[in-house]
Amino acid sequence: MKMERVDKELAELRHTFRSGKTRSLAWRETQLKALLDLVHDHQETLFDALHHDLGKHPVESFRDEIGVVKKSATHSLAHLKNWMKPRTGSIPLIFFPASGKIVSEPFGVVLIIGSWNFPISLVLDPLIGAISAGNTVLVKPSELAPLCSSFLLNTIPNYLDPTAIKVVEGGVETSQHLLNQKWDKIFFTGSKAVGRIVLAAAAQHLTPVTLELGGKCPAIVDLTSISSHYDTRIVAKRIVGGKWGPCSGQACIGVDYLLVEEKHAQFLIDLLKKYIRRFYGEHPKESNSICRIVNRRNFERVQRLLKDPAVSASIVAGGFIDEERQFIDPTILLNPPLDSELMTEEIFGPLLPIITLNDIGESIEFINSGPKPLTIYPFTKDEKLKKMIVSETSSGGVTFNDTMVQFLCDSLPFGGVGESGLGRYHGKYSFDTFSHEKAVMERGFYPELEPRYPPWNSFKLKFIQLAYNFDYFGLGLLLMGLKKH
Amino acid sequence: MATTIDEKEVTVFGEEEAKQLVNELRVAYDSGRTRSYSWRVTQLKNILRMCDDSEKEVVEALHMDLAKPELESTLYELGMIKNACKVALKELKNWIRPEKAKTSLTTFPSSAEIVSEPFGVILIISAWNYPFLLSIDPVIGAIAAGNAVVLKPSELAPASSTLLAKLFAQYLDTSSIKVVEGAVSETSALLEQKWDKIMYTGNGRVGRIVMAAAAKHLTPVIMELGGKCPVVVDSDINLQVAVRRLIVGKWGCNNGQACVSPDYILITKDYAPKLVDALKTELDKFYGKNQLESKDLSSIVNSNHFARLSKLLDDEKVSGKIIHGGEKDKEKLRIAPTILMDVPRDSLMMNEEIFGPLLPILTLNNIDESFDVINSGTKPLAAYIFTNNKKLKEKFVMSVSAGGIVVNDTTIHLAVHTVPFGGVGESGMGSYHGKFSFDAFSHKKAVVYRSFTGDAALRYPPYTGFKLRMMKALMGGSFLAILRALFGGSKP
Repeated sequence: MKMERVDKELAELRHTFRSGKTRSLAWRETQLKALLDLVHDHQETLFDALHHDLGKHPVESFRDEIGVVKKSATHSLAHLKNWMKPRTGSIPLIFFPASGKIVSEPFGVVLIIGSWNFPISLVLDPLIGAISAGNTVLVKPSELAPLCSSFLLNTIPNYLDPTAIKVVEGGVETSQHLLNQKWDKIFFTGSKAVGRIVLAAAAQHLTPVTLELGGKCPAIVDLTSISSHYDTRIVAKRIVGGKWGPCSGQACIGVDYLLVEEKHAQFLIDLLKKYIRRFYGEHPKESNSICRIVNRRNFERVQRLLKDPAVSASIVAGGFIDEERQFIDPTILLNPPLDSELMTEEIFGPLLPIITLNDIGESIEFINSGPKPLTIYPFTKDEKLKKMIVSETSSGGVTFNDTMVQFLCDSLPFGGVGESGLGRYHGKYSFDTFSHEKAVMERGFYPELEPRYPPWNSFKLKFIQLAYNFDYFGLGLLLMGLKKH
Repeated sequence: MATTIDEKEVTVFGEEEAKQLVNELRVAYDSGRTRSYSWRVTQLKNILRMCDDSEKEVVEALHMDLAKPELESTLYELGMIKNACKVALKELKNWIRPEKAKTSLTTFPSSAEIVSEPFGVILIISAWNYPFLLSIDPVIGAIAAGNAVVLKPSELAPASSTLLAKLFAQYLDTSSIKVVEGAVSETSALLEQKWDKIMYTGNGRVGRIVMAAAAKHLTPVIMELGGKCPVVVDSDINLQVAVRRLIVGKWGCNNGQACVSPDYILITKDYAPKLVDALKTELDKFYGKNQLESKDLSSIVNSNHFARLSKLLDDEKVSGKIIHGGEKDKEKLRIAPTILMDVPRDSLMMNEEIFGPLLPILTLNNIDESFDVINSGTKPLAAYIFTNNKKLKEKFVMSVSAGGIVVNDTTIHLAVHTVPFGGVGESGMGSYHGKFSFDAFSHKKAVVYRSFTGDAALRYPPYTGFKLRMMKALMGGSFLAILRALFGGSKP
């Protein structure tokens, strides 16, 4: 896309924002309803595009992409009027009569950069937040999901207000050009490395940023506290579902690796193998229920993780690689070396390392030795361990006894900490992340407090000191001449 | 006669020292000591004691650095610090308690909460104009949230900086709360390190440098910057009250050297003369005839800023527009309250934050023209309007984007801890005061507790034709039902 065209689009977005049309509740609701229509009308096209770009099955596409967008838009529509209402803050008596409130206003012109693994929802979900907050938006979908990107480019203008919401396609050059412009807010989903670039570019214009990054999300499997037949099967299903279910391991909140006690390792491995077989069949390569690796570059990256002989020696399940079809089997590894690239970089692929410990309590120290992840998934019934995990580890969030579900909860902030991200969204947090909360205080002209003004003397000093402590009784005494100053 | 030279030990604070410092603090933080409720309460109580015990010394230091009047020091620095401590002490238990979150039908059965956890090791870079307030207020927030902290006070207020270092070492837990004094090279050494959060109070130019340094480590930042805070003065108001509030907000706050100081006034041509008369009358009442020397007004902080302000006044486009004041004393670093009328829009004075005792008045044909003037500049930290006209007031609140807005007064929103204090656009990002301080220095961690019941086969592969058909059939219904079907819960 030509850069001059990009500049023109940005200028139009600024102009539209200044006109004030995006501020009304009616405009915002119209856009959100149109987005629901877009996703509803083009469901099949979206399924096809996602299948083409990632090999995503319609069930997965609905669950992780279309369903998420529908849910978010509906939630926003139901609550937007309330969110837009100013919040009142109580004002101390000394300022009477006065009122204080917090008014949410849009930042202005927003840039949203999407990611390739959930190419629809990671663009449209933040877009819902930006629109709800009354901003104008430019969306840059990931070029690594080309059919999804062109779908958005071609379809959004037919449903949403084209003077206020625009799509720009392109690769690195386009992104760099966009990042050099001045935005009122930037929302980025992607890798740490690019996150740094985005933040550095934003610094030039003092632009506030939300970064949804990733990290190595561990699952802690405490099979000492989980022993029933039924429960252990649930654990295994949820782990398999949480590892290979979302985009075959290519998800920021996907399970990256497992921690389990040595004595339970084999039991867990067998259980995991069973469910991999049940979900994906004997030859997962043939299954239509698992995504592909997105492109050659990532395929080679994941493949390279297995090249280390110490790593490949630790494979206990899967490991089959089809170079031609860029397919890697769901693969489990047992105790690969901790200094291997597999264990130091975010995997973002279908490989699941299992690290054994003597005692499950050691998992806390293990996790703390690395950067803060986006999510920790402890599977345990031990209440003491639960408390320790929450208070002694730091992560974007913690989800006990399941995987991925926190993503669907509109009342929970979704975001990272440290290297896993900055800022958060979902539900009202989306509205807030694209809003400036402006403090508004209003006073009357009466009554007036003389001691507030110079020339200063000891009486006035005492008065103000008492006022500062909200010591109304002391103030009364002072005014009646009953207090020393 | 033998002279004893008091040699101050010159300790170099470079990259190595900065690295070591951060490591020390990380070890202290990792030990968990700053997380306990009792540690936080002890530090906050010690800050209160510190303020009470050292009032005289603080007033003296501020007098040395800024000739700050005693009342401003007690009120705007110590008074506000003590208030912040008291609010934190009173509310801390509530703030620390996890917030229960509603779980939706899609994640049923489960419960969820939002847990506030400290970021870890915080760097706070403070400013010179309110050296105690702008250092200790953020530190209070960081401590309340359970972090370890490094404070870098401004070297442009040297007596205050030294006093802060001395008092912190005396009253606070030095394993986890440290002060680093110094100038550009020390600050740069600090900024090279990896912090868990950085708060910077100052100007936009340095703000960009701080944010760029933070970007390398993906460190979140709060920036409290500034801007040209406009004051719109409507007609039909109680002019005397308005003018007094204006004066106290402008010259009564460090002689105009405050980020929320009224910077310039917008008023109609017709009403302007009345305003000018009222201003002159009240200024005389407050500061007497010799306003240049008044003890109730701060000095200009240093010769650099004096030269900067002089340049604004000496600008030939501007010097003829002075209608009150204009006296300067280079040696004593004093400038009298100065009012100017209709300074040209393209003058230096109208294009940068004044941060001094100069107050330009711009006259308009119609008060509604104010909006274009204000919106043609960058978003300020505060915007003020004096009016009794409800419509004008509402338009102002809705269409002026600023960190905060005050109607019929100036600067008081800083004293109210139930509203957030922070900027937008060029005036900053993030906010603090009251619970907002606690939140600014906390990571809000979402914690979900799921049970083992409630699993639906529809959730898992293989995604058979049957499952797909079932999903498509459900799609006609409420998507909530679909998601419930996928994640279990009561039968739809």
